[in-house]
Amino acid sequence: MYSEEHKNYLKKIKRYNFSVKLIQIVILLAFLIIWQVLASTEKINTFIFSSPLAVFDTIISLYQEDNLLYHIWITVYETLVGFALGCALGILIASILWINKFIFKIVDPYLTILNSLPKVALGPIIIIWSGANTNSIIIMALLISVIITILNVYQAFISTDENKISLMKSFGASKWQIYYKLILPSNVSNIMSAVKINISMSLIGVVMGEFLTSKAGIGHLIMYGSQVFNLNLVITGIFILCIVATLMYYIVVLIEKKLSHR
Amino acid sequence: MKLLEIKNLRKIYHTKKREILAVDDFSFDLEGGDFIAIVGPSGCGKSTILKMLCGLESKSAGNVKIKDNIKLGYMPQGDSLFEWRTVLKNCLLGLEINKELTEENINYVKHLLKTYGLDDFKGAYPNNLSGGMRQRVSLIRTLATRPDILLLDEPFSALDYQSRLAVSDDVYNIIKKEKKSAIMVTHDISEAISMADKVIVLSERPCTIKSIYDIKLENKSTPINNRKDKNFAYYYDLIWKDIDYHV
Repeated sequence: MYSEEHKNYLKKIKRYNFSVKLIQIVILLAFLIIWQVLASTEKINTFIFSSPLAVFDTIISLYQEDNLLYHIWITVYETLVGFALGCALGILIASILWINKFIFKIVDPYLTILNSLPKVALGPIIIIWSGANTNSIIIMALLISVIITILNVYQAFISTDENKISLMKSFGASKWQIYYKLILPSNVSNIMSAVKINISMSLIGVVMGEFLTSKAGIGHLIMYGSQVFNLNLVITGIFILCIVATLMYYIVVLIEKKLSHR
Repeated sequence: MKLLEIKNLRKIYHTKKREILAVDDFSFDLEGGDFIAIVGPSGCGKSTILKMLCGLESKSAGNVKIKDNIKLGYMPQGDSLFEWRTVLKNCLLGLEINKELTEENINYVKHLLKTYGLDDFKGAYPNNLSGGMRQRVSLIRTLATRPDILLLDEPFSALDYQSRLAVSDDVYNIIKKEKKSAIMVTHDISEAISMADKVIVLSERPCTIKSIYDIKLENKSTPINNRKDKNFAYYYDLIWKDIDYHV
């Protein structure tokens, strides 16, 4: 059985965590209530600032028009495709660069330039080249996620423990054997953190693409809302984006936990 | 019986600015069953010698003659266990790479694990093992490919002092029981004297052989007991003076 002191210790931790959660909820509720009260008493202009109830109504009406899930799906779909391509290509290219250092030396400055370039600047060109369609949006997402994945994964690959590489070599391992028996498995957690960054990067790319050219998606809702000055729609879009982004991030975290569970 | 004849081994590193002579004129013969320790100031190029012997680094000059059918086994710094592989899978790594996963070889590894008290941990992952057990797994992984000469590169450097003593006892006993020869690189003078039959003392860079001591203890037994031997301090003093540490 626990001693009195330990029970107190546990109680203290419980109380601490509870306080954190409670204050988090209070802040959110207070924000929503003050916003609503200011809107209801017409202290703020609801045409510009909207209100929580108006956002709620917009969500309901979008849902009743069968539009809500459609737009969410479009954005999620584009993000997932961009994300999957970004991860696969990024890891593949990083692997090639690890296997052949000469190629890395050649492309290194180009990667650095591409990485510092704000990819949104390429938006207009992408649209002209591949058309004002879903493809451009996915390419946007891919461009944003792939460069950073290459750099992060490659960095992880070259930081692999030298002693372990020596060991593999002493057994006479080929470069390919060193790659798939040591480099790849020893960097699972590093790859997963690159993947975690990727999901957010892809979403940024997709929303940016949807701002530039789209017929559907959450980015489209926000852009359309601002063009017709329907601020209810704009804020609803942002609100949905928050939820979608958070959910996707936690799904990746969950997968990471499953993979690294040993 | 000479297993290994090393003649005038030399290593030069090339950098953009200059050439660095790391090892010069290193000659030495290894007799079967010998346990050799190489000590020297840190950074002098001890590890480079081992790496040249097992082909991890090219040599700039010199000759290494290995007797026919004699195999070398390298044990890297620390234990270098693969955390995502079970103990058994770790031990089978070398065989796997060389495509020698025969039933006979697997049984040999299982036999080694059993003999050295790791039978119950075959399926465990390295993070569930103590430092000493990890070192034993690392040694068995090297033994699995049945080398005749073990090359140990500061094998205990990652351990705390207490475990170091116990583990060096452990590793020494396994090497002797399996009748292997060994060349161990270390910066720890007492570790060298307590384990080796011969201690080679290296100079600072470029590292050459400064002196070689045949360690003659009154009652040679296990490394921990050897440390209590009458002659231990005598050799320690000699080697300490040879290395000439500047602080």
